[in-house]
Amino acid sequence: MAQKPKVAFYWCASCGGCDEAVVDLEEDILKVVDAVDIVLWPVAMDFKKHDIEAMDDGSIAVAFINGAVRMSEQEEWVHLLRKKAQLVVAFGACAHLGGIPGLANLNTKQEVFDTCYRDVPSMDNKAAAVPCVESKVDGHDLHLPQFWDTVKSLAQVIDVDYYLPGCAPPPDLIWSAINAILTGQLPPKGAVLSPNKACCDDCPRKDTKPDKIEISEIKRPATHMADPELCFMAQGFVCMGPATRGGCGNPCIKGHMPCRGCFGPMDDVFDQGAKFLSAFASILAPKDEAGIDALLDQIPDPIGTFYRFSLPTSLLHRRKMGTPV
Amino acid sequence: MATTTFEPRIVAFFCNWCTYTASDLAGTARLAYEPNAPVIRVMCSGRFDPQFVMKALQEGADGVLIGGCHPGDCHYQEGNYKALRRFRLLKRVLSEFGVEDERVRLEWISASEGDRVQHVINEMTGQLRSLGPFQQARS
Repeated sequence: MAQKPKVAFYWCASCGGCDEAVVDLEEDILKVVDAVDIVLWPVAMDFKKHDIEAMDDGSIAVAFINGAVRMSEQEEWVHLLRKKAQLVVAFGACAHLGGIPGLANLNTKQEVFDTCYRDVPSMDNKAAAVPCVESKVDGHDLHLPQFWDTVKSLAQVIDVDYYLPGCAPPPDLIWSAINAILTGQLPPKGAVLSPNKACCDDCPRKDTKPDKIEISEIKRPATHMADPELCFMAQGFVCMGPATRGGCGNPCIKGHMPCRGCFGPMDDVFDQGAKFLSAFASILAPKDEAGIDALLDQIPDPIGTFYRFSLPTSLLHRRKMGTPV
Repeated sequence: MATTTFEPRIVAFFCNWCTYTASDLAGTARLAYEPNAPVIRVMCSGRFDPQFVMKALQEGADGVLIGGCHPGDCHYQEGNYKALRRFRLLKRVLSEFGVEDERVRLEWISASEGDRVQHVINEMTGQLRSLGPFQQARS
């Protein structure tokens, strides 16, 4: 019997949603299991690092890696998988763009630790213990991975062959990516495995978008009731659709939420947040500085809104180190 | 080589109809000003894309200057208003990136204001000289 191609799934800084997305293939997962041999999948199966280290270089056909890279241990793992795998696919928004964990690039490691281990109201840490790389516990040496100041996307750490976008990638895109790999029908290296067109292109509310939009009030789903049929932008909601790659199937819009931008930018866009900012600012109504500023005050968190998934892969990557928050 | 003082690099995007013409006027009037701001001509300040600013800063610029027509004077009616709205929103985002306020500036300079080009470029060069280089936020 011919050997089945070997596939690895790995997670870095992620929520587990991307692994859940694989399970969401439902019955198709059985076809995947029939066609391939899963050699690593920490969320579902028990394999150790030395099992992978013992494999020949290039013996894994494809490694799907989800999550951003923010710790030394994750860096070691992705370098190991790069060596063992012929193809590496950045799986999901965090591996592709840096994702939600990438918003930590607005802070430093120190600030993250201060908040998590000292300042949050639920914290009871009288000894003021924080994770250290080297420490002694009951006479034993304890080693923990190094936590970095800056969160990175997968391609900022290793060479990546393909990107599967989304938070999490939808099952149909996962299935067609796996199919393309198994049948060798692959696009050029570096491609994002989703159509290069804006999310608005497939939007079920596309026909309700007026020719000219002018926004005099910026609304938020938390504070305003949106019309269930009308284009979100036309209603004054921040909808990332114009600056976001399509192919997601518009589950957010169908669930009555504006696009949050998880599929990242289209090809030829350097910086998704700047591109969206440009489009959005141009359709605001006021023409004078005071009026513009009053309207912009209605966006409480511009960087977190426009760069919700893409801060580490933005042109500036992070808040400048050493600048006060 | 002796140690040299820091000379900021400013990328200037000037609109074809007003500010670029003003910088031409400054030249023909032989107004001397700091050579730190090479000019990129765009057809309208409304052509300035916030990505230009990010890209310039990422590739080593210490500041970006955008010049357009005074409100009401845009050759294309509305372009400078779009520029102003983008600029006001961009400034909020840049401040969260830790980019100092002086580094990115928008000025309305009409075709007859050659002296204003001289003044703005001199002033901005001086400010950035004391502020120091823009250290890319990569670590």
